Amino acid sequence: MNDMTPTREQREAQLQGMGCKRKRVEDIRFTQGKGNYVDDIKLPGMLYGDFVRSSHAHARIKGIDASKALALPGVIAVLTAEELKGLNLAWMPTLAGDMQMVLADGKVLFQNQEVAFVVAEDRYTAADAIELVEVEYEELPVLVDPWKAMAPDAPVLREDIKDKTEGAHGRREHYNHIFKWQVGDRPGTDEAFARADVTIKETFYYHRTHPCPLETCAALASFDKVKGELTLWGTFQAPHVVRTVASLLSKIPESKIHVIAPDIGGGFGNKVGVYPGYVCAIVASIVTGRPVKWVEDRMENLSTTSFARDYHMTTELAATKDGRITAMRVHVLADHGAFDACADPSKWPAGFMNICTGSYDIPVAHLTVDGVYTNKAPGGVAYRCSFRVTEAVYAIERAIEVLAQKLGMDSVDLRMKNFIRREQFPYQSALGWEYDSGDYYMAMQKALDAVGYKELRAEQARKREAFKRGETRELMGIGVSFFTEIVGAGPSKNCDILGVAMFDSCEIRVHPTGSAIARMGTKTQGQGHETTYAQIIATEIGIPADDIMVEEGNTDTAPYGLGTYGSRSTPVAGAAIAMAARKIKAKAQMIAAYLLEVHEDDLEWDVDRFQVKGLPEKFKTMKDIAWVAYNAPPPGMEPGLEAVSYYDPPNMTYPFGAYICVMDIDVDTGVAKTRRFYALDDCGTRINPMIIEGQVHGGLTEAFAVAMGQEIDYDEAGNVKGASFMDFFLPTAVETPYWETDYTVTPSPHHPIGAKGVGESPHVGGVPCFSNAVNDAFAFLGSTHIQMPHDPWRIWKAAERLGLHQ
Amino acid sequence: MSTIEQVPVTVTVNGKKYQRFVDPRMLLIHFIREELNLTGAHIGCDTSHCGACTVEMNGMSVKSCTMFAVQADGASITTIEGMAAPDGTLHALQEGFRMMHGLQCGYCTPGMIMRAHVLLKENPDPTEEEIRSGIAGNLCRCTGYQNIVKAIQYAAAKLNGRTVQEAAE
Ligand code: FES
Ligand code: FES
Repeated sequence: MNDMTPTREQREAQLQGMGCKRKRVEDIRFTQGKGNYVDDIKLPGMLYGDFVRSSHAHARIKGIDASKALALPGVIAVLTAEELKGLNLAWMPTLAGDMQMVLADGKVLFQNQEVAFVVAEDRYTAADAIELVEVEYEELPVLVDPWKAMAPDAPVLREDIKDKTEGAHGRREHYNHIFKWQVGDRPGTDEAFARADVTIKETFYYHRTHPCPLETCAALASFDKVKGELTLWGTFQAPHVVRTVASLLSKIPESKIHVIAPDIGGGFGNKVGVYPGYVCAIVASIVTGRPVKWVEDRMENLSTTSFARDYHMTTELAATKDGRITAMRVHVLADHGAFDACADPSKWPAGFMNICTGSYDIPVAHLTVDGVYTNKAPGGVAYRCSFRVTEAVYAIERAIEVLAQKLGMDSVDLRMKNFIRREQFPYQSALGWEYDSGDYYMAMQKALDAVGYKELRAEQARKREAFKRGETRELMGIGVSFFTEIVGAGPSKNCDILGVAMFDSCEIRVHPTGSAIARMGTKTQGQGHETTYAQIIATEIGIPADDIMVEEGNTDTAPYGLGTYGSRSTPVAGAAIAMAARKIKAKAQMIAAYLLEVHEDDLEWDVDRFQVKGLPEKFKTMKDIAWVAYNAPPPGMEPGLEAVSYYDPPNMTYPFGAYICVMDIDVDTGVAKTRRFYALDDCGTRINPMIIEGQVHGGLTEAFAVAMGQEIDYDEAGNVKGASFMDFFLPTAVETPYWETDYTVTPSPHHPIGAKGVGESPHVGGVPCFSNAVNDAFAFLGSTHIQMPHDPWRIWKAAERLGLHQ
Repeated sequence: MSTIEQVPVTVTVNGKKYQRFVDPRMLLIHFIREELNLTGAHIGCDTSHCGACTVEMNGMSVKSCTMFAVQADGASITTIEGMAAPDGTLHALQEGFRMMHGLQCGYCTPGMIMRAHVLLKENPDPTEEEIRSGIAGNLCRCTGYQNIVKAIQYAAAKLNGRTVQEAAE
């Protein structure tokens, strides 16, 4: 070998494969203002749509008069439910098996509901015109409190289904009831509670909030009357699902619908569902024959498209007096708003709420969820979370604290005592999941050591004494959370969306000169798929990541896939990539054997090449092989070097982590300062540590926002409070704490590369960690639970209730 | 198709002079994005909070959603599209954001970089705290700001001729 021959290490480094901190390819365009988001797209003759929205939360519509609007120069059309009825589009199916009004049909059910769609030459004219549409309302009694939804005299919200006793998820017990969902062993749980030494019961309200990506939802529809083809650009986390739904609704064949999700400015669950704006843009384009763009403003985004959470979780634990948990019982009252538009896999009306036994070996459990209608916006999306896992983890991680308090134990000791042990994996949980792998004890211990947990508790004890003596007005809170997520939906045996199984896909084409393109069924919204997917392929087939293009979001070119949410991209699409790459590698091996005139079994893979075992100088690189694959394949072999894989995962993956937060709270102002936040994540195999760290920072910041102030609230009249950045808490760089990150690696045994997914873990684990810190600060005064969000006003009120201001 | 009388506006953007007739009520952000087709600056809110629309006007940071285009008459504006050198070399901030993983979805990035540009002119070597308060008018939903701070520190170091350190994992 001469000096120019790269060493094995050099070849490996050149690949920029899995495990390296590859810099993102996306950044090259984003840092130069060359991203291409929906609102950046401009088509000739394009019109703008805007909504007339309801000022009432519940009212009958007596009449809509659009004549003044239509008389305004530049206004092209005004659509109402009447127009949509002609096309059978006044209502549309939701992902949860319910029907939702596209435009108000006879009545409105929540404030800011879409009533009419104005189409005009430019956005200013459209905005002027919506002011000119006159809507006459007759107010109806408003139902805001979900606890009153099933009262005998509650107002009837959904007249369309008021007499239906069967819903998409079984029997309905009341006209405002959506479903009752039960899992687990009720008699067994009752029995364990009856026998228990100690029990606790507490209702944790996980308040309504919103994913709020910085880019709002938008769509641009262009219908070509001559070809009968529809092109739809939009903020879609799941473009193929949008195409299927658009086809079912419009009756245009799927082959003639081209859905394109260009760059997306964050999603966090907001951009999974199908919204009236998308449907109206499509209809308006069909009606006018011109392209129609619809872009939400922030107020519309926060108050109409996809809230998250709103779970009232009555949580009970039973335990022996030495702290062994013997049973768990949970009842959830789920406020779904006016339509059940949750974006869960169809068979899971409460998502994966049954992961609520958490990281603990709880022998028996029972969970009931009642979903109800109220006069609030629909949604119930998985905000940076895999289908209600955030809620589930909040319930168990708060309950553990309450139980520890009652037992007089340190909550960390209680956790350690009840952890699922390493040797118990794969572990069957009482509520039906099979956890793939974990080493909880090691992760917890590493976290404790990293923060110096014992010293922190000692410091806290000293501070409490000082507080009691009146020497300080500050309380110290130590928050711990240990979470297990369930992500990667999902196996077709139990996961589908409207009947479409939740597989995902990848197609890889290696070009003759040795570069490649990969097309995916997922869609990045900032996660950096273009960078990380190429790293997986680079490692698998030995082509440098820089020579691999990753393309997503165009349903014409990408294989069918279910999109990106619920941390499913790495567990599902990541696996599809590895499987497609391995098909290519298998063919490449046959070609190499032919070229080197040896048997395939005599070859071994080495970074970027097949070499003859024991004779490393006899080799063919993937690049050599690619050329031959096209131009001189072995006799009888089809030319070409490409593969497609549709991956139906055998199981979910179960990332986990240990988080610890230290807070100082001023009882007189209610201001809580996060002194320290340490996050240890185990997401299995790590593809790009830089990107993982970025995901953790972002997820923790969103967790901080939700726990400490962010909410969508309503007054008694159903007016949505705070649906703008004036009130909706988004932390700036000043409030956001500094994040310390750490990790352990426990690969998933059933995933081809062992990766589990990470994007949502920090949110799932972060929220209970902050909330536990606030609650811990006041626990020594006998307080068991303070409701989120923990803004200064609420903390101050908690202090007031505890008599700290006398 | 407004019936409002159009008024003339002359601005220099990224060194190029533009003359247009616009509605007096047209926002500067719409003018930049739709009249000049410079779509790097974004819109993220209706209340002047997010800073996604931040551009540099006469050396100051402005939220271009909070001004009318006519108020910019005669002004010199720099947008993200004007940050790289004519030969395509990226500005230290653009490089820093990529090297330190200061962006994810990229939606806030043009505004962040433009804000940071003015910040570094006013304070060439800011502390972490100064950076955090200096960008408090710009929201990011993805990064948690920590790597944005590092990206700005990277740029400051580079602009001050110090060796730059790559992101620790
Ligand atoms: S668009 Fe949010 S501040 Fe300008
Ligand atoms: S990178 Fe997405 S908002 Fe900042």
